[in-house]
Amino acid sequence: MRHLLRTPAGLAGTTLVALMVILAIAGPPIWGAEAERIDPAVILQGASAAHPLGTDNLGRDILARVLVAGRLSLFLALLATLIGAIGGTVLGALPAVLPRRPARLVTGTVNALVAFPGLLLAMFTAVIAGLGARGAVLGIGVAIAPGFARLTQTLAASVAGADYVSAARMLGVPRRRIMTRHVLPNIAEPLILNLTQALGGALLGLAGMSFLGLGVQPPSFDWGRLLFDGFGRIYSTPAVALGPAVAVALAGIGFNLLGDVLARAASRTAVPAGKAAPQAASMPGELDAPDPEAVLEVRDLTVTFPGGVTPVRGLSLTVAPGEIVGLVGESGSGKSLTASAIGGLVPYPGEVSAARLRLCGTDLGELPEQERRKLLGTSLAMVFQDPMASLNPALRVGGQLAEVATVHQGASRAEARTRAVDRLGHVRIPEPERRARQHPHELSGGMRQRAVIAMGLMGTPRLIIADEPTTALDVTVQRQILRLLREVTGESGAATLFISHDIAVVGELCHRVVVMYAGRVVEELPVEKLASGAAHPYTRALVASLPDMDTDRSLPLASIPGHQPSPAELGPGCAFAARCELATGRCAERPPLIPYGKAHQVACWEAS
Amino acid sequence: MIIKNLTVRFGAFTAVDDVTLEIPAGAIVGLVGESGSGKSTLARAVTGLVPYTGEITGGDPRRIQMVFQDPYASLDPRMTVGASVAEGLRVPRAARQAEVERLLSLVSLPASMAGRYPRELSGGQRQRVAVARALGARPELLVADEITSALDVSVQGSVLNLVRSLREELGLSMLFISHNLAVVRYVSDVVAVMHRGRLVEMGATEEVVGSPRDGYTRSLLEAVPRLKRA
Ligand SMILES: Nc1ncnc2c1ncn2[C@@H]1O[C@H](COP(=O)(O)OP(=O)(O)O)[C@@H](O)[C@H]1O
Ligand code: SF4
Ligand SMILES: [Mg+2]
Repeated sequence: MRHLLRTPAGLAGTTLVALMVILAIAGPPIWGAEAERIDPAVILQGASAAHPLGTDNLGRDILARVLVAGRLSLFLALLATLIGAIGGTVLGALPAVLPRRPARLVTGTVNALVAFPGLLLAMFTAVIAGLGARGAVLGIGVAIAPGFARLTQTLAASVAGADYVSAARMLGVPRRRIMTRHVLPNIAEPLILNLTQALGGALLGLAGMSFLGLGVQPPSFDWGRLLFDGFGRIYSTPAVALGPAVAVALAGIGFNLLGDVLARAASRTAVPAGKAAPQAASMPGELDAPDPEAVLEVRDLTVTFPGGVTPVRGLSLTVAPGEIVGLVGESGSGKSLTASAIGGLVPYPGEVSAARLRLCGTDLGELPEQERRKLLGTSLAMVFQDPMASLNPALRVGGQLAEVATVHQGASRAEARTRAVDRLGHVRIPEPERRARQHPHELSGGMRQRAVIAMGLMGTPRLIIADEPTTALDVTVQRQILRLLREVTGESGAATLFISHDIAVVGELCHRVVVMYAGRVVEELPVEKLASGAAHPYTRALVASLPDMDTDRSLPLASIPGHQPSPAELGPGCAFAARCELATGRCAERPPLIPYGKAHQVACWEAS
Repeated sequence: MIIKNLTVRFGAFTAVDDVTLEIPAGAIVGLVGESGSGKSTLARAVTGLVPYTGEITGGDPRRIQMVFQDPYASLDPRMTVGASVAEGLRVPRAARQAEVERLLSLVSLPASMAGRYPRELSGGQRQRVAVARALGARPELLVADEITSALDVSVQGSVLNLVRSLREELGLSMLFISHNLAVVRYVSDVVAVMHRGRLVEMGATEEVVGSPRDGYTRSLLEAVPRLKRA
């Protein structure tokens, strides 16, 4: 509710609608007598101090009449909207319930009606139903209905494709019941939002009908009728027509604005992304001397979101040239945020801090914004699960690659273009010349991922971060991409941070494995130890629960009970304690990550 | 149950091409293949969700149930777990609650889960609810389409154990679809391999995995990532 008032449009809409509602309730009791008081002495007057909007042909005060007419105008609009909405929703839902032929007929009728001008439809209905308020309300209702029917159809079609509807169909749930139990409840929200806007439309429509003399008849009066009465005098005494016109306009605008804001709030997308830059954390403990060899060196990296949510907690990591380090953990453990933090891509309002964040020997936290961007742009290549996150669907593949070279390396267009084709060939895309001229959608998923890697190779990356780059690919294609990553790392001497939830893939590709759980590193070990030398209960359980081609099929698989705590649920102790077979009282305190044999570290009290 | 000469066309495109497949009673048949090979389309045809040509014999086609890949999309967000599970039940109203509890316990969920909404459940729990719902219709065949693909590795194991226990305890026949050969190998008695809409190989699991005859099956097997054993 609060965000309703945050934007100017929301504030205006809410205020206007609130005023209209108050007017409808309080108007007639306060100004009712005044509006009906006939005064032969002041017939057909213009604006004056006593009658700010003038008087009508019986000497009645027009301002009072405008204020009183609010109730009838709004009531009729509400009635028309309800008729239209209910009629339209039923009409829109019918095809899903009816047998095929009648269903087609209904759909066809709705399509024809949607194409028909609304006001004509309204007038046509009103003339048939008879002059007066009833006819006008029916007319506007009929004019609104096709829009609702179309909306219902579209929304219902999207819900009808949902898996839970398929499941209900398979269970033999009758179609009418599917409609009332599954479809309607799940589309109610957008329909109700649409109602608000339709109300604004109905208000204007009804005023239009009354203005044409098709609507409310004397002695009743709504805003449209007042407008109709005053219109003949618009040149001599404009105030008498302006009053009701302004009232109609304000009410119409109010409902439309409110509907708009409500709809936007309901489909609210994520907060616009601004990028959080790493802050040098003022860490107490002593920091070891920086490793001059390392391409990437991270110490105590923390990513925090407002509300005390800390998805990455004091993570440390080092990657050497030519080395592939695997970062594994289940979804939500903080792997991708770690990658984003290194690349300076953590979305607003996330905050990144680190005691050290060095790339190629330079501390990113100490660089001015522009130089940091430049360093990241030239020495870091990122590959994501969805290659389309890195490719612009509207541009040709070759052009996008070439752009990297013209922007970051100041290459000429021809040079850049030649290099782009060369790089595409290098990642073994067949016919690189032809592929360079194609758009991303003309490439298969595996081919696109190669193109993204080629894009990273336009410069001379020192660090490659690949975040689940093969998760969406088939095993055969995955195998090729893994081989490519291995070759690229080997020949360029770049360091690669390979992120995956799949411990088997990591085990096959990487030299060293870092296991994350609930935002922290719980174990770091050489890949040779992964299968049978892991020390942390979580790593061991992960390995044991993964079926591979040698798993004994006669035994049940190991599984880990419960689930990983979300960043907001984390307590002070070992985050794995609730799922851990070895947990003791001591685990209420968090175990530090400490050395455990050669090149091996583990954070567990029971691991020694 | 026997699927005979089943073909599915979308316009001029043949998604499933003349597939014949036997699912012996009480057996789990694993179906592997790359994405787009027609696995899901075959599943949807078998369960009557897309039109097909060919026939399904040796069983009541109305008693085939399916569990879907995405546990976040397969439960109505506005219905409680209990209401979802009760949806396919053909028991008198009075017996309903007891039956829901029985089904939940079959998939190792506490009875108290019935009052909760899907948003309060983890992916693995939702998938169990979807299995319980399907079991409520007392199916002759359960089609499981990539039911562990959207789950975390740490809970995949327990869902695979559930699949095996259902066969052992209820004698349920199952068509178990996955792109993950290691997972299919672990749960299945028979493995069938699909490629571009066609069935290219089928046989007892150990045979297909141990001595594949088809070239495509071999390339699939070679591509399976393996943890390096020390
Ligand atoms: N409704 C549809 N219309 C057209 N093509 C479809 C439709 N549904 C699936 N397909 C196509 O059928 C092929 C097989 O898809 P699918 O059964 O989903 O394979 P899998 O389950 O192995 O991923 C794919 O090429 C897919 O694009
Ligand atoms: S510290 Fe305790 S709870 Fe945590 S993994 Fe080790 S034994 Fe388990
Ligand atoms: Mg599929």
